[in-house]
Amino acid sequence: MTVNELAEKAGFETLNLADGSDERTISGIYCCDLLSVAMSKGFPGAAWVTIMGNINAAAVASLTDMACVVLAEGAAIDEMMVSKAKQQGITVMQSPLPIFETAMKINGLLNA
Amino acid sequence: MSTLKFHYKVDKTDFTRAGEASSDVKGKLKKMGCDPEVVRKVAIAMYEGEINMVIHADGGVIDVEISPEDITLVLKDKGPGIADIDKAMQEGYSTASENVRSLGFGAGMGLPNMKKYSDEMKIETELGVGTTVTMVIHNT
Repeated sequence: MTVNELAEKAGFETLNLADGSDERTISGIYCCDLLSVAMSKGFPGAAWVTIMGNINAAAVASLTDMACVVLAEGAAIDEMMVSKAKQQGITVMQSPLPIFETAMKINGLLNA
Repeated sequence: MSTLKFHYKVDKTDFTRAGEASSDVKGKLKKMGCDPEVVRKVAIAMYEGEINMVIHADGGVIDVEISPEDITLVLKDKGPGIADIDKAMQEGYSTASENVRSLGFGAGMGLPNMKKYSDEMKIETELGVGTTVTMVIHNT
């Protein structure tokens, strides 16, 4: 499944849709809020589910080559994250569901 | 490819800009056609170092040298120095403030990640003077 397809099918709010998201394949799901742990364990192509909606989360997503960030719990996103995501080409979505349910929803779509 | 050198200044307590130097190096390595795993190792090791400089020191400078064989990162700060390197190298040990933790850092993974993702790492530190961390990542 591509990032674009996830954005269309999940029913999450898309805060930034990066160029090339119709070609970016999601390789799996990763859940974590601690950025240093995410930095180490987040993997290329991951849909990263987190509540960290700050500029540093955008940096971590970019540096680890994760496919997109999904902010769970309707977590607030700061403007600087949006601009960083635009600048770095990272797709960011927002889900009203808790982390587990958000990840399960993505999982269901990946395995559909 | 000849040896390329880059110099970056990391501003103090500026979390909003932390990561810019690492992003820049990552972009350069990608353009040079470096192995994606090497690019990832450099990006993670350097970002952790950059964040450490912002959290613990008053910023600092980073020198990056890219040769066909190695990528060498030298991170130099004039911060407080590391009192107990063994403890600092333990996963989960952190002296970061509450404010820093609320931003998602301070998990005690900084130096352990830097060691994990570099092929060689050397820490020179003196209390009250500063810390220099040198990391080498093989450009295979």
